[in-house]
Amino acid sequence: MATTSITVCETPLVRYLLRRADDALILGHRLSEWCGHAPTMEEEMALANMGLDLIGQARSLYTYAAEVEGEGHCEDDFAYLRGERSYGNLLLVEQPNGDFARTMARQLVYSAFIHPYWRALMASPDATLSAIAAKAEKESAYHVRHCAEWLIRLGDGTRESHARAQAAVDHLWPFTGELFEADADEKGLVAEGVVPDPESLRGAWMQTVSAVLAEATLALPPNGWMQKGGREGRHSEHLGPLLTELQYLQRTFPGATW
Amino acid sequence: MTGAALSDAAALREEAWRVAGAVVDPEIPVLSIADLGVLRDVTISDGRVEVVITPTYSGCPAMNMIALEIELALDKAGLGPVSVKTVLSPAWTTDFMSEDGRRKLRDYGIAPPAKTAGRRALFGVEVVECPQCGSSDTVEIAPFGSTSCKSLWQCRACREPFDYFKCH
Repeated sequence: MATTSITVCETPLVRYLLRRADDALILGHRLSEWCGHAPTMEEEMALANMGLDLIGQARSLYTYAAEVEGEGHCEDDFAYLRGERSYGNLLLVEQPNGDFARTMARQLVYSAFIHPYWRALMASPDATLSAIAAKAEKESAYHVRHCAEWLIRLGDGTRESHARAQAAVDHLWPFTGELFEADADEKGLVAEGVVPDPESLRGAWMQTVSAVLAEATLALPPNGWMQKGGREGRHSEHLGPLLTELQYLQRTFPGATW
Repeated sequence: MTGAALSDAAALREEAWRVAGAVVDPEIPVLSIADLGVLRDVTISDGRVEVVITPTYSGCPAMNMIALEIELALDKAGLGPVSVKTVLSPAWTTDFMSEDGRRKLRDYGIAPPAKTAGRRALFGVEVVECPQCGSSDTVEIAPFGSTSCKSLWQCRACREPFDYFKCH
């Protein structure tokens, strides 16, 4: 049986909300894949908790997108009934978990950006966006701290953990350029003062990331060629299989509810 | 609206507030949603009760259950059917927690959240008092605990491990 994907009535604000929500959902889903596989019990809880925070943030953003869109969609429609090309998440967040070092490095480069981003968004004149940001800001502060501690421990640890942490940072680095991208739609919202310009967070991001890497005795990769495409729905080969799993139930049993 | 209807509505609101406010957090059953500051408002329109709540953490799985419990409690008290509305603004903070709530938490063995006097530093160190012996000589064991709102600590003085309700 086929389930049709929904067509989203895309205004600049709806597109913006969906992209930010997609980032949070996909990264939250990746963290949930660690369930039952984490190196220690405490880390199992930490990864699940961070995943839960992210999925919660995604829910708030999708719900608000549905309200703004006004076409009768709900949060679940956006998560379960859009295909890969309609997802506008960063390529960074869909990258596979890899080893623990790679998961921590991915989380650090994302959180070090999104934490000051949420803080800036709290000043939005849009009360709902500001409230979502106020909550997410506190949650992401814990994520930055936790991943920074791990990356420092791994980088400044054994020869093996150092090598793996460096490999993780080097591997993910080309995906960090996309964090600072904004297309014409988003630039319009920036110009109206509704959302912050992601580019304006580059300094804060670099400060956190370089301080953590220095303490971890890891080398800051040179600024080279950067991957892009996620925001326009051109994804790496990893998003399709992820969505297949995430959307399986709704695609197989359309409309199934708890 | 006549004077009698007005006072009826006021009495209904007060009663609905009392019943809804007594619903407890399923994950920390010593705290009611009134203690937590999750219950934000109760409104009456055309004799129908609407309860307004706000989530603690974005992903707090207890919210759906709390909404259900509110509906059940009010229905049982003969005040239903009711609707429960979730609002995000103003964003919940641990500062919404009542003094009574903080005391109940401590008695239950969970260190209550520090009052946020200013913002914590991103990599700052928090001082948390042991809910068992009151010592400040404590150490964080894990920043993420059994629920989104808690971290795991241990007291160096009495050696007891304990949960800390994270300052948010």
